[in-house]
Amino acid sequence: MNSTTTPDVQTYETERVREFTKLILEVEGIFVSFGGVKALQDVSFSIFESEIFSIIGPNGAGKTSMLNVISGFYKASAGTISFQGNDRTHASPEQVARMGFARTFQNIALFKGMSTLDNIMTGRIVKVKSNFLKEAFYFPALAQEVEQREYVERIIDFLEIQSIRKTPVGKLPYGLQKRVELGRALAMDPKILLLDEPMAGMNLEEKEDMARFVLDVNDEFGTTVVLIEHDMGVVMDISDHVVVLDHGERIAYGVPDDVRNNKDVIRAYLGEH
Amino acid sequence: MKIDPKLDTFPKLLMNRKVLSPDSPAIREKDFGIWQTWNWAHVCDEVRNLACGLAAAGFRRGDKLAIVGDNRPRLYWGMAAAQCLGGIPVPLYQDSVVQEMEYVINHADVRFALVEDQEQVDKVLELAPKCPKLEQIYYDDPRGLAHYTPKNLHTYDSLIEDGVKFNAGNPGYLDSEITKGSKSDISVILYTSGTTGFPKGVILTYHNILATVINSIEFDSLTEKEECLAYLPMAWVGDHIFSYAQSYVAGFCVSCPESGETVLHDMQEIGPTYFFSPPRIFENILTSVLVRMEDATWIKRKMFDYFMGVAKRCGVNILEGRSVNPIDRLLYLIGKVVVYGPLKNTMGFSRMRLAYTAGEAIGPEIFEFFRSLGINIKQLYGQTEASVYITVQTDDKVKPDTCGPPFPGVDVKISDAGEILYKSPGVFKSYYKNPEATLSTRTGDGWVFTGDAGYFDDDGHLKIIDRVKDVGKLNDGTLFAPKFLENKLKFFPQIREAVTFGDGRDYVSAFINVDLEAVGNWAERHNVAYASYQELAANPEVYEMIRTCIEKTNQDLSADSEIAGSQIKRFLILHKELDADDGELTRTRKVRRRIINERFTSLIDALYSDSSRGHIENVVTFEDGRKGTMIADLEIQDVSTFDHMKMAS
Repeated sequence: MNSTTTPDVQTYETERVREFTKLILEVEGIFVSFGGVKALQDVSFSIFESEIFSIIGPNGAGKTSMLNVISGFYKASAGTISFQGNDRTHASPEQVARMGFARTFQNIALFKGMSTLDNIMTGRIVKVKSNFLKEAFYFPALAQEVEQREYVERIIDFLEIQSIRKTPVGKLPYGLQKRVELGRALAMDPKILLLDEPMAGMNLEEKEDMARFVLDVNDEFGTTVVLIEHDMGVVMDISDHVVVLDHGERIAYGVPDDVRNNKDVIRAYLGEH
Repeated sequence: MKIDPKLDTFPKLLMNRKVLSPDSPAIREKDFGIWQTWNWAHVCDEVRNLACGLAAAGFRRGDKLAIVGDNRPRLYWGMAAAQCLGGIPVPLYQDSVVQEMEYVINHADVRFALVEDQEQVDKVLELAPKCPKLEQIYYDDPRGLAHYTPKNLHTYDSLIEDGVKFNAGNPGYLDSEITKGSKSDISVILYTSGTTGFPKGVILTYHNILATVINSIEFDSLTEKEECLAYLPMAWVGDHIFSYAQSYVAGFCVSCPESGETVLHDMQEIGPTYFFSPPRIFENILTSVLVRMEDATWIKRKMFDYFMGVAKRCGVNILEGRSVNPIDRLLYLIGKVVVYGPLKNTMGFSRMRLAYTAGEAIGPEIFEFFRSLGINIKQLYGQTEASVYITVQTDDKVKPDTCGPPFPGVDVKISDAGEILYKSPGVFKSYYKNPEATLSTRTGDGWVFTGDAGYFDDDGHLKIIDRVKDVGKLNDGTLFAPKFLENKLKFFPQIREAVTFGDGRDYVSAFINVDLEAVGNWAERHNVAYASYQELAANPEVYEMIRTCIEKTNQDLSADSEIAGSQIKRFLILHKELDADDGELTRTRKVRRRIINERFTSLIDALYSDSSRGHIENVVTFEDGRKGTMIADLEIQDVSTFDHMKMAS
């Protein structure tokens, strides 16, 4: 029974056909510098609705800076960002969050002493429409809590983390903490999900799990995913479009196959030949 | 509990539940963190619609429905639905790889498949091109499947919708199909996960399962008030009997855990009264309790240690209803309030009335731990071919190292070769499409060979010793089970490895390897100097120590008339450790008897002579790969043996 041959017949086509028409985020000529260091120089790209878009590049290429500009943490010294056709270049992180942007961090930023459930619940804050009166009385507060909890339970089910629902996240292994962080971002019911190196430091199995969750989020909810990744392999497999940065400049931009064969990209990753 | 004999199939029993107890809970599943409950009335309707949906898709009498996934209510309903139409459910192990599934689906001529989720759909789609008979595939959880295009892939919900339409258009169709079923029909085909060769499909009829189940319900007085957790693979006969058959007959509620990882937590929430598990789960529970006690405050630790001591002293006697002195009884009562109660609650055992363990031997200390807490855990010996039950321990007399007396309705006998045979109403009909295997497993008059060697002890309880192919005989006909003896010897920390001889000989003798760590430790504490393993092994005091161990083993063996004759008469301690590099052990540290017989012939001959020393010369491989010759003169000692006597239990 332990034959290792895999069938070479695959009559069932399960690949999805993907066509994108509507732009959701346009990044135009972004410059960012810290003192004399030019972190980003004239970077432009457009992201379609419901696609998986990746920003890749070697260490120090400016990937996280780009993400911070999108999420409103950094202010661009020049350039514009427009979301669904409206200019939002100068929006604050809080405003960006309310527009429907959610993110995870390269170095996990969870509340270590709180349970998985409570951590994900914090993601619902932007969705709670409440006032002092509603919070002060038992039944209105209960109704609110029940509604949010139901939403969070769907996420827990989606990410298959039922078994750690009540576990303090500080006790969890790294791979699971990353998943909880993804859960908290999903709790915001985002239009755009920004993931900063979600697979860094993971083993192969954890990476594949995470890749599957990213694909499923995109599939099930139609969420646009912006992915920053160091690991080219995974990115090329799951992305619809890729932009490659090196030393703060855009060196390639397009569909994964074109980017993979781009001479500049190969040079940036492997060095001069 | 009286079961109407006219209700001779599961569909009939199920439809009758709607009359008997429509509002009682039938099945639960934890979903999105909340337990969802379905009552019997709902289950009946759901199964009806599902069966009609299958009928609309062309499912006919005798068709097979493959079921793949974790324990989910909808998959259990799928089984019942197939049976309603006179079809046969074929549950598959959810973790089997594509090639294994492909074999079973082809071998069982499966036309329809009901699977749980994307993971299983992917597997089924991969094997579909190689399984020409497979037509329709249905799935329960749509997650991730939105973009799948195959035309023969459908959701569970669409199947129900079709069923509702079909039922409206053909009222009475399903009821007439259910009535057509009879007790001699095939109820289920369960594939056994063979360790060698391809799995075999065991055919069980309604009569096989129902006769056994009705006996078991009476034997353990199961009622519709039981709570049970369905978490073992659906393809395994145990789950089929405990979570499906018994539930339909007795009418108790079965709960499906949220996921494989949450079982222990869900168990605490449900508080099952009836539980079934391989020994490993009990081991895990005990380990996690002990680990958490290590972290507890000293006062809790002290209390735990003290009251567990009390429980060890008198818990089992209280459970089995024997007389216990009043002071212990009082202490046990206090222990119940301060330790046992809370402990059982964290383990989810508060309401446990009956727990079974089977599959392999459970460690005696684990077994005693649970029993001393007042949890009625019992061992059972069973097989797929027997619809599980062969022997079961009775409530009032549980001996940890036996599997109990034969189950009601089951005849058990031991063949001349020491093999266990049984005959019961639960004996399978045949292996599917495998008449040779059926013939070689079951005799013409219905006795089934188990392949296990065992014997009845003096109380009539069955003891399993080994696979029958590994068991031999002394010249006087006494059973000689080398692995059984060796495991008993290795139970002593001083003994690392043991090899026993006796097949075709007058008495049993043994080679011993001492455990360098344990014995070395002892030597240090007792100022015994030694330079090498060889020197330590030849030390008279070490010989003395090992002899005591063997004598204790002999004393144990003497308690059983069947094996009292296989007490160890002579032994020697080998001058070298048995080593895989020399071919004496396998890489997984199993003794290779043939090689040992060849390499140590002179020593074995000495064991069966009058001499008190044995001489040996052989080539050994050193760790760096060089070879050398080792010459040794070893002492052989006699061990006292004991007359068989019945121990007071």
